[in-house]
Parts: sequence; C-alpha cells; structure tokens
Amino acid sequence: MAGFFGKLKAALKKTGQVLNTPVSELLIRRKIDEALLDELEEALIAADVGPRLALDISEQIRQKYRNKEIEHAEEILDFLKNMLAEGLAAETEMSLGRNPDGPTVILLIGVNGTGKTTTTAKLARFLTDQGHGVLLAAADTFRAAAGEQLDIWASRVGVDIVRHKDGADPAAVVFDACDAALARKLDYVLVDTAGRIHTKSNLMQQLEKIHRVAGKKIAGAPHEVLLVLDATTGQNALSQAKLFTEGVGVTGLVLTKLDGTAKGGIVIAINREIRLPIKFVGLGEKETDFAPFDPHEFTDALFAGIATTEKEG
Amino acid sequence: MFESISDKLTTVFRTIAGKAKITEDNIQEAMREVRVALLEADVNLQVARDFIAGVKEEALGEKVLNAVNPGEQFIKIVHDRLVELLGGEREEIKWAAQGPTVIMLCGLQGAGKTTTVAKLASRFKNQNRRKPLLVAADVQRPAAIEQLKILGQQIGVPVYAELGGDPVQICAQALEVARMQGADTILLDTAGRLHVDDALMFELENIVARTKPQEILFVCDAMIGQSAVDTAAEFRKRLPLTGAIMTKMDSDARGGSALSLREVTGVPLKFVTVGEKLDALEEFHPDRMAGRILGMGDVVSLVEKAQAVVDEKDAQAMQKKLMENTFTLDDFLKQMNQLRKMGGMKSLLSLLPGIGQALKDIEIPEKEIKGIEAMIQSMTSDERENPEILSDSRRRRITRGSGKTMKELGDLLKQFGEMKKMVGKMGKAGMFGGGGMEALGNMLGGGAAGLPGMGGGRSMFGSKKQGTKAQRDIKKERKKNKKKRRK
Repeated sequence: MAGFFGKLKAALKKTGQVLNTPVSELLIRRKIDEALLDELEEALIAADVGPRLALDISEQIRQKYRNKEIEHAEEILDFLKNMLAEGLAAETEMSLGRNPDGPTVILLIGVNGTGKTTTTAKLARFLTDQGHGVLLAAADTFRAAAGEQLDIWASRVGVDIVRHKDGADPAAVVFDACDAALARKLDYVLVDTAGRIHTKSNLMQQLEKIHRVAGKKIAGAPHEVLLVLDATTGQNALSQAKLFTEGVGVTGLVLTKLDGTAKGGIVIAINREIRLPIKFVGLGEKETDFAPFDPHEFTDALFAGIATTEKEG
Repeated sequence: MFESISDKLTTVFRTIAGKAKITEDNIQEAMREVRVALLEADVNLQVARDFIAGVKEEALGEKVLNAVNPGEQFIKIVHDRLVELLGGEREEIKWAAQGPTVIMLCGLQGAGKTTTVAKLASRFKNQNRRKPLLVAADVQRPAAIEQLKILGQQIGVPVYAELGGDPVQICAQALEVARMQGADTILLDTAGRLHVDDALMFELENIVARTKPQEILFVCDAMIGQSAVDTAAEFRKRLPLTGAIMTKMDSDARGGSALSLREVTGVPLKFVTVGEKLDALEEFHPDRMAGRILGMGDVVSLVEKAQAVVDEKDAQAMQKKLMENTFTLDDFLKQMNQLRKMGGMKSLLSLLPGIGQALKDIEIPEKEIKGIEAMIQSMTSDERENPEILSDSRRRRITRGSGKTMKELGDLLKQFGEMKKMVGKMGKAGMFGGGGMEALGNMLGGGAAGLPGMGGGRSMFGSKKQGTKAQRDIKKERKKNKKKRRK
C-alpha cells in the first residue's frame, strides 16, 4: 500500500501545486489580513471547492484570527488540513458493506463517462486480491459495446461475468447475476450500470427497479450503492450526489480520475453538504490504480506540496 | 438547487432603486452576486474576474430608473455581454474545397468523443448530404473500436478500424480507404487520456501532420470544473483547434466552462449534445448558454423538448380537436403520457426560470397521474369518448378496475368536464395542445401547475413573472438592437 500512496502523493502533487502556488506563497511570512484571506478564498475556488464554501472557510479563519486561535499565517495550513481530515473522518461507514449471509451486491452508478466500467474492474481486482470470489454483472445494456468492454476487463482480472444481449432489461441481468452468485457461492456481485444523467426520472426509475430486483433475490441487496464521480467535475457534482441519493440511496462515493488536472476540492464540498463517505479513489488506467479512501493520508497528500515548499522556503 | 440570479439581483437592486445612476459604491453587492453565480456555474476564476471587470465598466454611469426593475436592467447588461463573449459569428463546418474533409475530435476520457463522432456523422449524412467515414483511432480503451462499429451500424455509416494498429497509421490509411469508398467526410475518433500527457499529444500532433484536418474539435464535458481552462489551454498549445463541442448539456450542469473555453482557446463553440439518442446534437446558441450560466432557466429548450416528443401530426390533430371541442379522455391520457416522455414533470419544470426554488417544496403528485391513468384505462373506448354515458354500474366497474373510489372518479369526470368547457373557450386561440396542458396542471395541483411556454399557462406557482420578464425584456431589447443595426 505504501507504493500506492506514494503514487497518490505524486498524483496529488498537482493538486498540491494548485493549492501550493498561491497558498504557500501567501502563507509564508505574511500577516493575516483581508488581502490574504481573499487570496486564500480564490485558491480554494480554483480547486473546485465552490464559491460559497470557500467564503465560509475563509470566514472561519477570520474568526479564528480574531479569537487569536490562529496568530500566524503558517498556522492556516494546519487548520485547513485538520478541518478537512476531521470532516472526512466523521463519516464512519468508510469500509465496504458486507452481507454476512451470502453474496454482497454492489451497484456502481453515475453519470455518463465517469469511469463506472473501469471502476467495476478495479474493484473486482481489489476484492479478488483479498481472496474473495467476485462476479461481474454487465447491466449497462444501453451503451454500444459496454458489455464487450466489461468482458475484456473480466478476462484480464480473471473473474466471471453475466451478460445479456444489448438492449436487454438491466434488471434481468442483475436477477441472473444474483442467481449465479448464489449457486456458485461467490462473495461479491459487482453491478456495472449504464451511465445516466441524474435529472432523467425514467432512467432513475430503471435504477430503482434494479435495486428492487436485487433485493428480492438476495436479502438486503444491494448492500452498497456506490456513486462513481469524476474528480474533474465542478459544482454539478453536488447535484449528482443529491439526486442519486434521493433516487436510489447512495451509500458511498468512488472518486475517479484523480490523477488528472483534477483538484479534488469537490470532495470537501460533497463531504460538507451531503455527508456521503468516500470509499475508494481511482488514480490511473491500470486496474491496480485503486485504493480505499483514507482521509488522513488523503489530506496529507493533498497538502504535501505546500508543506514541502514551506520547508524549502 | 440554485436560487435564480434574477431573483437575487432584484433584491440587491431594490436597495439602490431610486438612485439616479449605477456607481462603484452601490454596485458592489450586485457584482458579488454575479461573481458567485458565475463561479457556481464553474466559470474559471480568472475568466470570471475579467468578465466582471468588463461588466462593471459597462454598467457604471447607467441610469437606474424607477420605472423598470433595475435588477433586471443590470441582468440584461450581464446577459448581453455574456452572449457577446460566447458567440460572435457563428461558424459552420469548413468543408474542404476539393477532396474529402477531415474532422478530428479530441478531448479528455469520458467527455463523450465516440458518441459525438457518431452524432456528427449522422447529422452530416442526413442534413448536409455528406458521405461520412468513421475512423477508430482509439486503440487504448477496451472495446472502443467495437463501440464505434456498433454506432456506425446504427446510423448506417461505414467504420474503418484496425485491431492493434498504430493510430497515426490508421488515420493516414483512412484517407486512402475514404477515396476507395467514395466517402467525402472523414471523422477521426481519437483516444482520450486521464490527464494531458505528452505521449498522447505527440500522437495527436502526428495524426494532424499526416491527415491535415479541416476541423479539429475539442470535446468538453459540460460538467467539468475549474480545470477546464488548463486542459483546454494545453490542447490549444499543441493542436490548432478550430472549434469546440459541449457534451451532456441535457443535464442540469450550468456549463460555465463554455465561457472559459471560449476565452482561453478563442475557438467557437460549434455544437452541443443533449441526450443519448444519436440525433441529440444541436447547434450552439450563445443566448441560451448565457441564460443557463446565469441560472435563468431555459424556456426555449423546454419548448423544443416538447416539440421533440410531440409528433407534428398528433399536435395538429389535437389542435383540431381543441378547436372543435371534441377532446376526449383518450386524448387527455395521450397528453399525460407525452408529458411523462418529456422526462417527468419535475425535471421539465426545473428548466423554467425561478421555478427550481419553488419546486423544492411542491411535490408533483406523480401518483395522482398514475391514478388518473388507471381510471381512464379501466373505461371502454365508448366511455372515453362520451363520459356522459357513465351510469352508476359503469362507474362501479371502473372503480373496481382501477382500485379508486367513486369520489375520485367523480372528481376526475367533473374536472374533465370543466376542462372541456375551458378548452372550448381557449381552442379558438389556436394554441397547440396548450389548453390540455394547462387543464392537466389544474387537475393535478388545483390550479397550481400550468405550463407557461407551452402556450397555455397562466399561473406558475406565482413566480412566473420574475424570471421570464427579464427574458422578455432581453428579447425585446435584442429586437430593438437588431432594428438599430439594420438602420
């Protein structure tokens, strides 16, 4: 895991740098004044934290300064880091839910193009590495060649897959997959669903049906509904998280493409507003570029760039 | 989710109404609201800052009149400037004067390149009478080639692909293939990457060098955040982009990256994609985009959405029925299903300005719709045509069939009767399906939910005026400007 977090740090260096360039420069040997708070607010906005939350955070720092809880600009970094880590760690259900009586069913949902299929494969790899028996359900019967894509991943990872014809009812795929997992006594069923825009009620109803069908076959299923979220997404990620949660009861997030120019600030916003735990992060294109989310390691990595520069400075 | 900026600015300006002019001092708060609106729409911070500076300069010295709403007057300045920056001249696809036209699509992973390639090809084939050839230059993503092949089949356009080939070679070879097949438009579907990396850029540069595309289009996800600018700038640095396409515009993303894209790359936005179907590609409209970025709703899209679902012939038949007042329960059911097809009442209404907020507290009784549907479907076709023949025994049968009470059935029939009377009055106004729509709203929400923009609505949770008035003013003003220019 150390290697992985090395990678995470390297990947997030970009994030660090984004916060780093303006934040570190403005944090070192400066007085805390209005100009500094403005710059800090803008740095947070540039990291996709969102204008209102950024204002809120800089307001908190202003208060702490007035109450003399923060006296030097250098303390701001620690304050930010602690606040973020505490917020993220407050979510208790960080680990993956488990069905004690049979297969655990996990739905992967999200808007188009966030990386659901790749994440399904990565999660399968992660679970098989831990010695679990995994079955994939190709419930994206809509997008052209989505089934083929998952099929290729299944053979790369070395797990079984249940697939129907293109255009088939995705709920039927899930029904059969649950049957197969029960018969083969497998531990996990990972359901790769079609991408859908969160404002389309008919597509939401389809998800509800999948949800229902899984529950009829296996008690308590789905045991996890993971919303796959592209880390480059802006403020719309909040709307996605809200509407999917209202529609099918999301239990956690997977943050993908975190090695892009993504700045990850959306994590803070979602954590604040929706209180959904982040369960995994996806970093690269290989199936091993994937790990459980750890708030402390994450925030350390997130601000690693700043800390280093501070020492150098 | 977001309060409309028109509502907010109206409040802000209420405090300075009556003052003669917009000044540095009295405009501060308004500028802050505009800034927040832009940032919540994911407009890049730097771009937003420049934009606001421009607006401020333009607005200073403007007269604040008591007669019109100064908030809306200010919104107009912001809106017009946004339209100007987003738009400029609309540029068509540049077709090659001689030989085949090469169009290359590039962008990040998951932006929607492959689907957009198919949508473009379908449009070029059907509307421009071109003969497209799709080229699978994404050899990275598993099954990307297969995906393009299936899409090609669906729209009846040939696909050139080579398993395990080199993308640069494949694209170069495609020119030859196009010549042999007589294709005149070559669409290159290139690989996406998680982040902009040198190897990908080099590959794309080589493809450009070998195929000399007339168009290099950057595909951008409407939901992207602040990083849009960096990504677009990087692509712009390495490739001579000629245009951009915004995807997933059928979502509720405000799409502020459109402004960032335009500012950073300087290239025009040529198309937007608005759905999963392969004809869900539209020309880019700067004015609609501006309204959307400002959170002012998108009435035009709503009407178009309605038009897309409602068959032209059906609409005419319906209109005739309205005129002659022969509107039956069957027609009523049909209209209800059309409303459903448009994506549910809530998502539909959320497109209207000022409504999003009001909707939070109002549940639209989808269940009630289902109940009405059940009752109508439990009737014979005779009964649907002439509800007058419904005797008590018939009514009992219907309630048994639909699981509803006599009272609920009675209410439905009474409301339908009232609606018919109203339709009779409105029919002559010649509004397409409008009467039915409003009446439906009346039945559901006791007069709460008419649909303006569909032609018949009057009350819209009481908040129709605020948002749409701004838009009406904007339209009026634009017409005036047009006239001026003509002179």
